[in-house]
Amino acid sequence: MMAGESAGMVDVSGAMITAPVAVTDWLVITPVVLPLMVGALLLMFRHEMRWHGIVALIGLALLVGVDAALLKQVLTHGPLAMTMGSWLPPFGISFTVDALGATFALTAALVALVCAFFSFRDIGVSGRRYGFYPFLMVMMAGVSGAFLTGDIFNLYVWFEVFVISSFGLLILGSEKAQIDGATKYAILNLVATTLFLIATAYLYGTFGTLNMADIVRKAAGLREAGPLMTLATLYLLAFGMKAAAFPVNFWLPASYHTPRIVTAALFGGLLTKIGVYALLRTLVMLFPVERGVLAGFIGWVAIATMILGVLGALAQSDTRRAFGFLVISSVGVMLAGLALGTETGLSGTIFYALHSMLTMTALYLLAGVMKEFGGSFSLHELSGLYRISPLLAGVALLLALAVAGLPPASGLWPKILLVKAALEASAWGLAGAILVTGFLTTIVMGRIFLLAFWRELPDAGERIAGAAATARPALGQGVLLMLLVPIILLGVLPEPVLRVTTLAAHGLLDSAPYVGAVFPGEGR
Amino acid sequence: MEPVFAALVGLFFAVGIYLMLSKHVIRILLGVVIFGNAVNLLIFTAGRIMREVAAIIPQGAETPTGPVSNPLPQALILTAIVISFSFFAFLLVLAYRAYQEIGTDDTDGMRVAEPAGEPSPPIGY
Repeated sequence: MMAGESAGMVDVSGAMITAPVAVTDWLVITPVVLPLMVGALLLMFRHEMRWHGIVALIGLALLVGVDAALLKQVLTHGPLAMTMGSWLPPFGISFTVDALGATFALTAALVALVCAFFSFRDIGVSGRRYGFYPFLMVMMAGVSGAFLTGDIFNLYVWFEVFVISSFGLLILGSEKAQIDGATKYAILNLVATTLFLIATAYLYGTFGTLNMADIVRKAAGLREAGPLMTLATLYLLAFGMKAAAFPVNFWLPASYHTPRIVTAALFGGLLTKIGVYALLRTLVMLFPVERGVLAGFIGWVAIATMILGVLGALAQSDTRRAFGFLVISSVGVMLAGLALGTETGLSGTIFYALHSMLTMTALYLLAGVMKEFGGSFSLHELSGLYRISPLLAGVALLLALAVAGLPPASGLWPKILLVKAALEASAWGLAGAILVTGFLTTIVMGRIFLLAFWRELPDAGERIAGAAATARPALGQGVLLMLLVPIILLGVLPEPVLRVTTLAAHGLLDSAPYVGAVFPGEGR
Repeated sequence: MEPVFAALVGLFFAVGIYLMLSKHVIRILLGVVIFGNAVNLLIFTAGRIMREVAAIIPQGAETPTGPVSNPLPQALILTAIVISFSFFAFLLVLAYRAYQEIGTDDTDGMRVAEPAGEPSPPIGY
């Protein structure tokens, strides 16, 4: 930094960007600023509860639009970067968007938009009074920030933003079971983020920088001397806990079935995938060599997570708890690609994460609609739903195919990619585990379908009549159909998404464009 | 000075983890807060500990003249303290509400969300 003392003017060109702010810079930051502003607005007008839902809906629709525009920019121009306060990186906090972050952010925004529609039905006056919509918007700000940031300490901050809003959503209603579940969820998540902070402290001590692109540049020179293996293992533990990987997944089945169904749907769809995203970002992009050393271990974790998750789902009689275990099982499938680390495998993981965001949300919402028609979440009491609503039966069947990874729904292609990558790497155990998991998931979903839709209990008539009197079927089924459209489209026309996920996987393995976006002129 | 702090950080971690292994929510929470402070001290120590030396580069120089402590970790700690403090406040209220609702702070007794001995799903019909 040169100082021009004579004139009293300081030459800042060595430390700051002097050119005017480009339009794309605003695009990079809008997905975070927009939900934050809408959330703050809703808080200011917290007594005008009639307008909360519609304002949140408009905010989320805008968020989807901005994320789509951002993804389009990234696909045409490559990764984008902006640094706060016009500082030159690595001095300011950078936001760096590549295909991976933009795709995840767009899918997350879509899921939130659909959930906002569903919330019109699920969230009553008391839910609004406790601030469901402000919490939802702030959580989406945290989720978008986590996907788009290019600074690892900033990632920690966004994690905390969405975790603390998720606490608010989780205990909405203050029922006994919610408080019980929230206690376990909150403590274990706090421990996980503290572990993340420990790893980041060591990382700063080792690298002297927190900018991810800068870390990539410096990692090669530090590999001999620095404790990079320790860092990678700590990140694996911290984000593994966030993603609900075995054996640090026990907070998920303890809490995800307790909140309002729309909250459970949001959590099941979004939160664990942020853990998976952070694992991909740190282990594949920042510490690729260390990931290679840990690959065998990650493989065993993946197998244990997917098999034990689906076995847990088989043992549950509550539909929401069964779906919670299926969320865990899907995280195991995603970890398989992380263990393989090839472009095909990572592409499969990313595709599976997108599929899982949509499908898991849809499953929880399905549980909510089934409760409305059948009067219960328990498989002992649900019955005869096929007679009440053949449309819902069709939706449930397609979702069962999706989550089991069967055509024509979206689960098929990512599983094909993952199995192909596993076979190419001669990882027979992983390939077998993915296929066995798919088979067991079919049994779980088949049994739910059999018991809830085909079976007819003798006393079903009066209970169903009681439930049907209060049911508002159009909205619930409409929302499920909205989610079903992308799920089926991903299954029938996978090529465009496949191109994007392959690009995203390629961007993780060859991070030169990512580094080049932050430090122009240094990427190859 | 740093070795003393390193030992202190280790002690904090040990105490925090020991308390978190307890069955009682209130002890777990105390463990969590000590664990969090251990991390804050860790970051603080990693940024060097100096007395009363401002981290300012004199005019015309490229680097600081003497050894100074790195101000950035201290800024990071400020962020982390604010976050962990708000978390802790929330968790304390949550634990108190849980005690009011469930009537125990023993985690073995907190089985409302996951009741013991639930029936298995029906085998057939």
